[in-house]
Amino acid sequence: MNDAFNHPQSVVVLGGTSEIGHAVVSRLVADRCRTIVLAGRDRAALELAADGFRTAGAEVVEVVDIDVVGTDRAEDAVAACFAAAGGQVDLVLITLGLLGDSQADAMNEERIAATLAVNFSWPAVAMASAARRLRDQGSGRIVVFSSVAGVRIRAANFIYGAAKSGLDGFALGLGETLRGSGVLVQVVRPGFVHTKMTAGLRPAPFAVDPNAVARAVVTGMARNQAVIWVPSILRWVFAALRLLPQAVWRRLPG
Amino acid sequence: MSQGTSDPAPNAGSEGRQLLSGWGRTAPSAGTVLAPSDVHALEELVAAPRPRGCPSSAVIARGLGRSYGDAAQCAGGVVINTARFSTIGPIDITGTVEVGAGVSLDDLISVSLPAGWLIAVTPGTRQVTVGGAIAADVHGKNHHCDGSFCSYVTSLTLVTPAGTHTVSAESDPELFWATAGGMGLTGVIVKATLQLKPVETAWLEVDTERFDDLDATMTAMRDTDDGYRYSVAWLDCTRRGTHLGRSVVTWGNHAPKDALSPGMHEHALKPPGKPRLRVPFMPPGGPVNPVTMRVFNEMWFRKAPRIRRRSLESLSSFFHPLDAVADWNLLYGKGGFVQHQLVVPQQHADVIGTAVGMMAESGIPSSMAVLKRFGPGDPGPLSFPIEGWTLALDFPAKLPGLPDLLDRLDVLVADAGGRIYLAKDSRLRPELLHTMYPRLGDLEAVRDRVDPDRVLQSDLSRRLDIGRRCAA
Repeated sequence: MNDAFNHPQSVVVLGGTSEIGHAVVSRLVADRCRTIVLAGRDRAALELAADGFRTAGAEVVEVVDIDVVGTDRAEDAVAACFAAAGGQVDLVLITLGLLGDSQADAMNEERIAATLAVNFSWPAVAMASAARRLRDQGSGRIVVFSSVAGVRIRAANFIYGAAKSGLDGFALGLGETLRGSGVLVQVVRPGFVHTKMTAGLRPAPFAVDPNAVARAVVTGMARNQAVIWVPSILRWVFAALRLLPQAVWRRLPG
Repeated sequence: MSQGTSDPAPNAGSEGRQLLSGWGRTAPSAGTVLAPSDVHALEELVAAPRPRGCPSSAVIARGLGRSYGDAAQCAGGVVINTARFSTIGPIDITGTVEVGAGVSLDDLISVSLPAGWLIAVTPGTRQVTVGGAIAADVHGKNHHCDGSFCSYVTSLTLVTPAGTHTVSAESDPELFWATAGGMGLTGVIVKATLQLKPVETAWLEVDTERFDDLDATMTAMRDTDDGYRYSVAWLDCTRRGTHLGRSVVTWGNHAPKDALSPGMHEHALKPPGKPRLRVPFMPPGGPVNPVTMRVFNEMWFRKAPRIRRRSLESLSSFFHPLDAVADWNLLYGKGGFVQHQLVVPQQHADVIGTAVGMMAESGIPSSMAVLKRFGPGDPGPLSFPIEGWTLALDFPAKLPGLPDLLDRLDVLVADAGGRIYLAKDSRLRPELLHTMYPRLGDLEAVRDRVDPDRVLQSDLSRRLDIGRRCAA
């Protein structure tokens, strides 16, 4: 169950190899989370992370293989995760994501479809499936990772950005339908985060590391913020950037 | 913390899926609220608790929703609203009365007081039900003399998955005492017979004195408590340095009729009125913050007399000052609040000072702090009071650093052989529960008998893993 400070006792991570996901879960374990289900594609990486959480004090750590290509399998994956948790799930953390190379893939229908599946359609269907289960439970929350790349889309990563934009809107809409059900949906909009996904890229202004993201997420959960910007200043930066004429936006570096 | 709206006290007729939270308005969850009208309907519910559309088979009772945390909610399960168990029987000449579990202490006092009878133990509010008072084994300002609520319960009737039982401390001590303070985990209480105490008036003779620090406060309480039926200290925890733990101590005894002026005799047994004030709207941030807390505490201290003897106070102003505002919990705003009550044994009285010091050091003052001496506890394995000192603290839930401070206080208290009050808990580390309540096994033994499938569950029991080893 969640406690008065919204510390969950059990968490399912969709995207269980994500560095940001690991940073969040590490903090949750310190705050008394005891059941962890890591779902992802890289079994060896999942097992390694699971061992780390066991050492940190988690009692039940399970690993679930998921295939994020066909959305028809998303429901099965979520069912497997809830079964692995073996009871109440307090938090579903959705950290799936693949940056891709929008410039190179722009004319490649197959690559576009794959990027949209990983970043939008699969997590959206999985989110709805998790939401139904949490609603039946009568409590719980979903924290889904969007990105500032979806707030105003730029050419450099427009496929990823468009998918995140869709996921962001889907999550906010789903959250509205769940009002009064005891289930909360929260969207995290990080800026540039130093991870293996962004390795080799030139950091954007206000870049942060995964620990800073985790700190912001845990605070945002305590406060029930519908949208968590990381760092928080990006809320105001993007309020301004959204208003820039396209001709100026196009010329911004990065 | 609260999300959306939640009704702490659904009306008798209000049934269906509802978002519920405790009085602190944190960690809400949705359950199916049902208000059975008689014992038979309740028995059916508890025996086969899965009405259509209800995903979980868990059941818990809820009275007026005054426990602060998640004791009277059951995510995904059935929440039994006891409001229809509302009869108050005749009071016999020895002062015993049979009352429905859904009767509020307010209603009971309104009926009994004009006849010269008062409940033997009253908590800080009249807005709790008899069932809730038993399930939390509530205490009052007279604990050092009279013990807690369940010591005045001569029998109770409980609907369990294994049938309906009417028990007393003599007929079935295990079930009776597991229910006393058992947080509803042994069954749904439907009625109880209470032993009332006679009073000549609805007034108290009160002595008040201010003290400049915690040591002086505790010494005064230890030395003079025995001369009074009631005693309590309000502590100012917003101060640092030499004024840390300055206090206003009040002691009281029931006023005999001849203490009242002749003009008051006619109203000597007038019951308390209904609350007249409401919080007009929910302030978004809540007016309770560190600055207003300091101002409030300063005013409270200054308005108290340095010393005053034998002033007359009405029952409600002495026992239930917060009842004057019907929904004072809204003053903490959307984030809700956490109440934390700890007790440490007599020989570890120093922990109280350490705790107050830790709060001051961490810059997280309690908006309201109440100190009281407990007499010996009763045999309930989950009953909170033990002989020693108890400290009750209120905090806005969103104060940064609060979760960590309370975790550290818990370790200190557990190491001293103390415990925290489950009716107020909303955040204890489950690992500490067995240290704080070493006789938890006695409760589980009783549940093996009356609820082997562990149908009776609350968000609190799940959060603290009470009885998980046998959970269905």
